[in-house]
Amino acid sequence: MNGGGSGTIRDSYKTLAAWLENAPPDLLQARSRQAELFFRRMGVTFAVYGDEESNERLIPFDVVPRIIGADEWGGLEKGLKQRVTAINAFLKDIYGPQDCIRAGIVPADLILTNPHYRPEMQGRRPPGDVWCHIAGVDLVRTGEDGFYVLEDNVRTPSGVSYMLENREMMMRLFPDLFAEHAVRPVEIYTDMLLRSLQASAPSGAGEDPTIVVLTPGPFNSAYYEHSFLADKLGVELVEGGDLFVNDDTVYMRTTEGPKRVDVIYRRIDDDFIDPLTFMPNSAVGVPGLMSAYFAGRVTLANAVGTGVADDKAVYTYMPEIIRFFTGEDAILKNVPTWRCREADALKEVLGKLDELVVKEVGGSGGYGMLVGPTSTKAEIEAFRAKLIADPDDFIAQPTLSLSTAPTLNGGSLSPRHVDLRPFVLSSPAGVRVAPGGLTRVALKEGSLVVNSSQGGGTKDTWVLDN
Amino acid sequence: MRIRIDHSTRYAYARPARFIVQMLRLTPKSCESQQVREWRIETDVDARLRRSEDAFGNIVHSLYTERPTDALTIRVTGEVSTVDTGGVIRGQNDRLQPGVYLRDTRLTQADPALVEFARGIGEGGPLERMHRLMGAIHGGVAFEVGATSATHTAAEAFAIRRGVCQDHAQIFITCARTLGVPARYVSGHLNRSDGQHDQDAAHAWAEAWIEGLGWVGFDAANGICPTDNYVRIATGLDALGATPIRGTSYGGGIGTLTVALHVRPVQQSQQQHQSKGWS
Repeated sequence: MNGGGSGTIRDSYKTLAAWLENAPPDLLQARSRQAELFFRRMGVTFAVYGDEESNERLIPFDVVPRIIGADEWGGLEKGLKQRVTAINAFLKDIYGPQDCIRAGIVPADLILTNPHYRPEMQGRRPPGDVWCHIAGVDLVRTGEDGFYVLEDNVRTPSGVSYMLENREMMMRLFPDLFAEHAVRPVEIYTDMLLRSLQASAPSGAGEDPTIVVLTPGPFNSAYYEHSFLADKLGVELVEGGDLFVNDDTVYMRTTEGPKRVDVIYRRIDDDFIDPLTFMPNSAVGVPGLMSAYFAGRVTLANAVGTGVADDKAVYTYMPEIIRFFTGEDAILKNVPTWRCREADALKEVLGKLDELVVKEVGGSGGYGMLVGPTSTKAEIEAFRAKLIADPDDFIAQPTLSLSTAPTLNGGSLSPRHVDLRPFVLSSPAGVRVAPGGLTRVALKEGSLVVNSSQGGGTKDTWVLDN
Repeated sequence: MRIRIDHSTRYAYARPARFIVQMLRLTPKSCESQQVREWRIETDVDARLRRSEDAFGNIVHSLYTERPTDALTIRVTGEVSTVDTGGVIRGQNDRLQPGVYLRDTRLTQADPALVEFARGIGEGGPLERMHRLMGAIHGGVAFEVGATSATHTAAEAFAIRRGVCQDHAQIFITCARTLGVPARYVSGHLNRSDGQHDQDAAHAWAEAWIEGLGWVGFDAANGICPTDNYVRIATGLDALGATPIRGTSYGGGIGTLTVALHVRPVQQSQQQHQSKGWS
């Protein structure tokens, strides 16, 4: 077994390796079956788009933890804070003076005609100038030289419930393993989130602001997570119909009458959040919500319009954006990326489509992408036509040799490719990172796609204390 | 010219609505071509109005009713002095860069037919091309009430070559953006030269950003640039963004909407009489 790509065991895995040496041979399989049973009973599911067979499916859980050493995490944490601080400054600037456009850091048209840029937000300042309250940053390791950022998720990133559930499961299944490792707790995430949302409340909200989680409803693929988080935060889970806006103030219907709402952790996309400002036929939003928001009487987490920062084309400018806003070089590197909107880059990409990963700029969840090395000739040619028709819509990246982590495969352990999504919280009180994250694992041998919608699984992520 | 406007919108609900929320973009702002002399919004039921300004520079009133109601009338009345600036808009403080108005929206997405039509305008300076574009739409898309509805896209209206001012404006905007010229939608009122003061609906036209000149109006439905007969009310990326009233009712069911609009010039003698009174 190994924790890297080089065939050697990372230091952080040594205790685990020794423990496994002494464990009975079928222990992991037995624990794995137990885990599946627990998850089914708890109803932890995830709806998979395009899967006719079952609307809701269990995401496979791998019982072998992914372990990150203290020093390594220290570097990651610093890099994540730097990156999210820069993203918040970038959003404040884009919706404010637009200095970074004037300075030539990002092209004006890329921002102004970006589908995720919201002109409605121009000149607005959310409470405390915090735009991205919750970020999920996808990282991969490609070797000993550290982590690369694959993408930033700053709209409504999901997956944090798996980070928390997986830990709970592991503590239940392997209490003795925790006794041998100093694993930093991820359970503090919900407390961090609550404090962060409280600190982001509008100025008139008082000492104990009312917070709600706004969900599109049970048909959403992440509904389980929405209800899970509301429960952990100790706040109401509401749908659009449970809220209304009167006199530029948001209220929640309760059995004791209307109650003012100060902070909305919303898991509804911008387009659907207020039918009187955005898509008029949205049935899941709150009519007039944007008026209350513009009047500064409610906080939306995340702010409206943050998607312009996690657009895959804007991603390619992140190293420059970080330098411009923090004055420092980016600690976490970007994956080298070809911007297909640039003629030279497009030419190069078309010349080696079979080697590259090509992604749609506005896509997410592993949809609409081409993984050259594992695609058929026909698939590549079909994608080539799409790319030529709309080069602006695509970026391309080299196929990375992602690091692997030991993963249970039948009765034994095999290396499988993994990524990592840590969660970063921002509020006027500062930027914090939960010590852990969601490790996604590509369960098929050789596969590089870890998205749960594409058959990936998850692992518990251990960050070791010093 | 001085233009007097009296514009009523009446919503009659199928059942009493417990509560009504609306966003009103019914109030003009002054700029070089128009001076708002007086303006008021009235409702026939008790309602709170909160005034603000949106990113597009429009004055927005959020309307919230105070008690259940089965009908609601919003009446705006006012008077605006206008001068003919050849369609050029100046004296506005734009929060958005012109480049924002190159975005496409669901209603103004170009299809191959519109792209081909726009490219057929031929070469030339942007101002010249916009004039030709206006002429081509005016000549090629018949004005016909009832052929389209408010939710028709530019491409849909263009496909049948028929529509009302909203469609002409959206087709113009879509083509202008295709040609790389920022363009926006304007809702407003037209003092008709044929003396038809009672009108069925408000007017709409487009504005294009001409480098060095600024925003210039183009009324493709009438084939002319706005004159002192035009009063601008609101602008947006498309008709939806400049909609005079967007609202929702709680419990009102499906109702009916009636618009009464009266636009007329204030008589010269009356003007002199009034101005005497002020001096």
